[in-house]
Amino acid sequence: MFKLNIKSMSLAAVFGLLATPALAQEVPEHGVYILNSLLFLMAGFLVMFMAAGFCMLEAGLVRSKNTTMQLTKNVALFSIAAVGYYLIGYNLMYPLGTWSVEGVLSGVFGVAIMEAVGITADAADDISYATTGSDYFFQLMFCAATASIVSGALAERIKLWPFLLFTLILTAIIYPVQASWKWGGGFLDEMGFLDFAGSTVVHSVGGWAALAGALILGPRIGKYKDGKVVPMPGANLPIATLGVFILWLGWFGFNGGSQLAMGTVGDVADVSRIFANTNAAAAGGAIAALILTQVVYGKVDLTMVLNGALAGLVSITAEPLTPTLGIATLIGAVGGLIVVFTVPMLDKFKIDDVVGAIPVHLIAGIWGTLAVPLTNSDANFGTQIISILIVGVFTFVVSGVVWYIIKSVFGIRVSESDEIAGLDKSELGMESYPEFSR
Amino acid sequence: MKYIVAIIQPGKVEAVYNALLEIGVSGLTTTEVHGYGRQKGKTEMYRGAEYIVNFLPKIKIEVAVSSKMAGKVVAAIKTASESGKIGDGKIFTLDLADAMRIRTGETGAEAL
Repeated sequence: MFKLNIKSMSLAAVFGLLATPALAQEVPEHGVYILNSLLFLMAGFLVMFMAAGFCMLEAGLVRSKNTTMQLTKNVALFSIAAVGYYLIGYNLMYPLGTWSVEGVLSGVFGVAIMEAVGITADAADDISYATTGSDYFFQLMFCAATASIVSGALAERIKLWPFLLFTLILTAIIYPVQASWKWGGGFLDEMGFLDFAGSTVVHSVGGWAALAGALILGPRIGKYKDGKVVPMPGANLPIATLGVFILWLGWFGFNGGSQLAMGTVGDVADVSRIFANTNAAAAGGAIAALILTQVVYGKVDLTMVLNGALAGLVSITAEPLTPTLGIATLIGAVGGLIVVFTVPMLDKFKIDDVVGAIPVHLIAGIWGTLAVPLTNSDANFGTQIISILIVGVFTFVVSGVVWYIIKSVFGIRVSESDEIAGLDKSELGMESYPEFSR
Repeated sequence: MKYIVAIIQPGKVEAVYNALLEIGVSGLTTTEVHGYGRQKGKTEMYRGAEYIVNFLPKIKIEVAVSSKMAGKVVAAIKTASESGKIGDGKIFTLDLADAMRIRTGETGAEAL
């Protein structure tokens, strides 16, 4: 009965609007607030699903004896990010002008607080923008994505709890502090650094943290033997491919939502452009890797094509709005090229990155950030380069110190026999496919 | 009685099964196996690095037949599994001392 009343009331309101052309033409002020919040919620759950994408990609590219562990790390890191970002991260990232060190360190230390239950427009934190709850939800998903990047690179040899401790520090402190420099209105933003959805702020940061971890952790046993690289093929390529499609889908939210507004014709048009460009770049990256692996190795390598699509997505993330579809495809294609050339390069340095997270997120992230001035005249190469270096040095050094302390205090690596047996059996006592005979 | 063990290419199982059915072989056993012969392993690429696969997948077919059938069975397996390329496999013929059908307790050629 109550429901029916509401329904007929809203219908009356709709008819009322239709009958008054002047009102139907423009969105009222709180309409912008509602539409912006809707964008954050929609984009936020798309980005949330990227956690599933990372999880499947990684589960597919590890060997079957480490599958349960990789799944466990992914669900755990996503949950820990939610706690770390709530406890201190959100306010570290968005000081809203209250700095303890101007432009460098937020002056707001404390938990994230949403608007009260059932507020009116007067009580909204920022009626010209969006609900705090939707903004928090959306931004948390970016923070969690950063942590997801790390887990793939360090797979098959890192202990569970030390990894999760690093995840907490990354999501509560390292990611939010550097993100405040750009997205919180800090000194990089003041300098004119442009990074639309986070080629540097999210992807390179995840990549730098992963690189520091991979260096301190060392390669998997038997990966580099007698000066040769010993490949360890992933157990489940259908799952890895599904993971990439999920990430590809989620990326529309990642980049589209970063328009941060959907309440005007211009904003809706821009969000739409971003969706189309994001897809174009992924396609460009995949095609580049497809062709290049055929030409260089004589056969197409699916895992490289998957990485190529992701590298295309990372490459367009710093500027998904201003390029044309053609330029977006090319920016993505360069990302795909980067992957095919840098995966073997990391092996030359004996840096064992199980899923290619460092080429995809760090190196393509740097490329994407450098590509911004190609289509956006507000950006310049100098500022982009300086910002990449500042964020890189900060994240790499702090992550390295944190990894080193965790290693010294708790140890980060499983024993040799546990690694050979597989982390599923040795660390968890639970196999992914217990009914398969070996 | 003879016990015939054939190591063949995985893609040839169906053809061998049909050929043996046709000449009246009343039962056989298959196993997925891995191994190498003169063909050795092969080189594959994964993410830009070469690696050698030492053991290639094959199917092992085992069939027990009367001595007078053995020649026909070997010939049928050869014809059905032959591609003329290296790696087609091998057929071994062993003497079989005895056999028993578990359900009835029949032994010798009766059990086949």
